[in-house]
Amino acid sequence: MDARSVILERISSSLGRTGRLNAEGYVPITAPAPEVPHAYRTASDLSTERLIEIFADRLADYNAGVARVSAAELPATVARLLDEADDIVIPADLDRAWVGEFAGRVLTDSREEPQPVDVLNAVGAVVTGSTTAIADTGTICLSGPHCGRRVITLVPDHHVCVVRAADIVEIVPQAVARLQEAGLSTAPQTWASGPSATVDIEFERVAGVHGPRRLDVVIVVDEDEPEAHAGTQAAAQADPRDSA
Amino acid sequence: MSTTFIGMPTVPGTGNLFERAPFPQVAQHELGNVQLRTNLTKATTAIRTKRAARVAELGDWEDLRDSGAAAKDVVLARLPELLTQFEAAFTAAGGTVHWARDAQEANAIVRGLVEDSAPLNEDGRREVIKVKSMATQEIGLNEYLEDHDIDAYETDLAELIVQLGHDKPSHILVPAIHRNRHEIRQIFLRGMEDADPNLGTEPRELAEASRKHLRKKFLTTKVAISGANFGIAETGTLSVVESEGNGRMCVTLPETLITVMGIEKLLPTIDDLGVFMQLLPRSSTGERMNPYSSFWTGVTPGDGPRNVHVVLLDNGRTRALADQHGRQALRCIRCSACMNVCPVYERTGGHAYGSVYPGPIGAILTPLLTGTDAEENSTLPYASSLCGACFDACPVKIDIPQMLVRLRNEGNVVKESEHGRLPKTQLDVALTGASWLMSDGRRMALMEKGLPLAKLLSPKAGIRSLPGIAGAWTSSRTIPRPPRQSFRSWWSAEHREEAREERREARDRAQFRRFEARSGAEPAPEAGPAPRSENQHETKES
Ligand code: SF4
Repeated sequence: MDARSVILERISSSLGRTGRLNAEGYVPITAPAPEVPHAYRTASDLSTERLIEIFADRLADYNAGVARVSAAELPATVARLLDEADDIVIPADLDRAWVGEFAGRVLTDSREEPQPVDVLNAVGAVVTGSTTAIADTGTICLSGPHCGRRVITLVPDHHVCVVRAADIVEIVPQAVARLQEAGLSTAPQTWASGPSATVDIEFERVAGVHGPRRLDVVIVVDEDEPEAHAGTQAAAQADPRDSA
Repeated sequence: MSTTFIGMPTVPGTGNLFERAPFPQVAQHELGNVQLRTNLTKATTAIRTKRAARVAELGDWEDLRDSGAAAKDVVLARLPELLTQFEAAFTAAGGTVHWARDAQEANAIVRGLVEDSAPLNEDGRREVIKVKSMATQEIGLNEYLEDHDIDAYETDLAELIVQLGHDKPSHILVPAIHRNRHEIRQIFLRGMEDADPNLGTEPRELAEASRKHLRKKFLTTKVAISGANFGIAETGTLSVVESEGNGRMCVTLPETLITVMGIEKLLPTIDDLGVFMQLLPRSSTGERMNPYSSFWTGVTPGDGPRNVHVVLLDNGRTRALADQHGRQALRCIRCSACMNVCPVYERTGGHAYGSVYPGPIGAILTPLLTGTDAEENSTLPYASSLCGACFDACPVKIDIPQMLVRLRNEGNVVKESEHGRLPKTQLDVALTGASWLMSDGRRMALMEKGLPLAKLLSPKAGIRSLPGIAGAWTSSRTIPRPPRQSFRSWWSAEHREEAREERREARDRAQFRRFEARSGAEPAPEAGPAPRSENQHETKES
C-alpha cells in the first residue's frame, strides 16, 4: 500500500472513525467539527492620521527609515533616499513618476523579462510599492505587480517602499482580508517588518543578515483624497486615544 | 477504492526523537555548563519580558488564543479532509505532493528529489541549502543526506553555528544559545574556508561573516529544503516565518524547493492567518511581527522555484492523534513560549531533553510520538515542575501540565513491576519540593556554597533527598553534589586557566571525532555532551 493510503487510513483509525473508505482513501467525518470562535478584532475605528502615526512609530522601532510626504513631494523624496545608489531596479509595473527625479540608471524587472540575479546583487537599491501595510505591527505586505518578483526586494541591500496612506490598516486580520480582496491569496507574498535581523549570538539584536540591510518606507498622503482628509479631521476631534 | 476499513495499529515515529541518555543523567551535567546556563537565562528572561509586554498590548489576546486553539482542533478533527484539500490545491497550482510514513521514507523522498535536480560537483557530491526546520531535524535529514553524498548547508546563523561546531541545537528559537561570541568566532574560523583571520567577536561582525559566507551559495545553489510554519488547506499555500532573510533566499532563489511539513501543520483557511500571524510572532520572539514571512502556493511562473515539492510527514503524528488526551499536543505551532517560561528548561537547557523537541512541549510531544513505552523517553514527562506557566503562555492553549501528569501515570503503569505504583499525592509533594528548590536562584546559590540546606539534601550521590519516593522524578532533578570548591571560586579559577580549558576542549573534540568515526553513520548519540560534562565535574571537584 502506498504511503498516502496508509497515512489517511491511520488518521481515520486514530480519529476513531469507522465505516467505509471513500474514493480519497479515508473514512469521511460524521461528527460535526469543533466550532471556531471569532471574537477577536477584525475591524478598526482608528483614523488614517492615527494609523500613520502608529505605523511610523513601529517602523522606527525596527530601525527602518520613515518619511511622510504628499504625492507631489514623492519623487524628490525617493531621489533623496537613493542618493548613494548609482543604479536601481523597479518592477516594470511601477509608476515611473515615483523615480522620475532619480538621476542614475533605472532597470526594470518583470516575470517576462527578469533581471539576472547577479545584476540584482550589484544594483544599488530597489523601489517598490506595497499592497497593504499593517500599522500595529509595522509590516509591509508585498504582493502583486507594483511589488515585483520576490527576488528584487530580497537581493539588493537597500529597499525603498512606497506605501499609500489609504492602504494602511490597523491589524493583521484586516491585511489578510485586503490581500484576499485584491485576489492575491495564492500569489507569492512577502511580509516584511523592518530590515532583516538576528538575535542568534548571545541574544543581541543585530540588523541585516541576508535580506536588505536598509529599509526606507515612504508614506504618501494624498491631500486630494477626501477620505484621508476627512480622517485627519475626524482624528483631531473624535479619537481620545490619540492623546495617549 | 472502497474497501471496508478495519482500523490500523498506531505506529511510532523514528529519527531524532529519542533521548541519548535519560533526562536525569544529561540534565545533571548540563546543569554544570555555565555558558549554557548564563545564556539561556539571559535569552529566556529577555524573551519572557518582551513576550509579556507584547501580549498585554492586545486587548483580544485571549480571543485569539481561543480561536487559534479551536482552529487547530478543527485541523485535527478534519485532518483527512483538510490534507486532501491541501493536496488538491497545491497540485492544481503546479506543486507536487509526497507522503511519508516515517523518517526513513521522508529522507529517501528528499534524497531522490535532490538527486534529480542538483548537479554533481567536482567532488562527486551534491549541494542543497536549508532553512531551519524542526521537521527535518526530527527525521535526521542532514545526516542522512551526508551519507548519500549530499551536503546540506544550514543557512540560519544559529544553525550554521551549530552545524560548523558539530553540535546539537539547544533551543528551538535560538539554537546556538549555548555558545558565546568567542566560541562562535573560533567555530567560524575553523569551519569557514573564506573567513577573515582578523574576524572580531562583535555579533555584528560575526553576522556579516555569515552573510558573506552564504551569499554565493544562495545565488548559485539549485535546490533548497525548508520546513513550513503553516500550510493553508483552502488554498494549498505554504509559509515560512523567519528573521534573517535566509528563509526568503531559500524559498525564492533556487530552481527546486522541497518543503518537509508535519501533517498537523495545516490551517483550515486563509483567514486563520489573521489569527496565527498574531499569535506566533508575539509568543515566540516577543515581537509584534517577525522581520520576514513568505507565502507561496505551488509554482508561480517567472517568480521563484520552478519545481515545488512538499513532503507530508506522519512519523508518529497519527500515533499521537490516537491518544484522545494527548492529541492536543499536535496543536503546537513551535513558538517556544512554553520553554521560555519554564524554570526547569532555563536551568538545564535543551540538550538535556535529547529529542529535537525540548522544553515542556517536548516532554509531552516526544513520548507521544514515540510511545511512552520507549524506554529512552520514559523520563521526559518528569522533566517539569508542573507550575503551570507553560499552559498560560501557550498561544494554542495546550494543557501541558495536565498531559504530563497523564503521561507520568501511563509511564508508571508500564513500570509498575519495577518500582511499584507511585501514590499520586506523594508524587505531588515531591514535585512541589523539587520545584521550590529549583525555581529560585538564591536556593541554587546556597547549594553551590554547600551550606547546610544543601548538605541536608545531599547524600553521597547528589541531591535526591526529597521526601518519599518518586525515584524517577527526584533523580531527574538531581543536582550534582555540591563541589568542595564553591561555584564562584571555581568560575574565577577557571578563568585564570583559559589555556587549560582550551586543551580540554580540543580533547573533547578529538573524542567526539573519534566517536563519530567509530559510529560511522550515527550522529553521535552519547558522545556529544557527555565527555564535556565529565570534565567539568572533574574541574569542580579538583
Ligand atoms: S506547546 Fe504551545 S507554547 Fe509550547 S511551543 Fe507549542 S505552541 Fe508554543
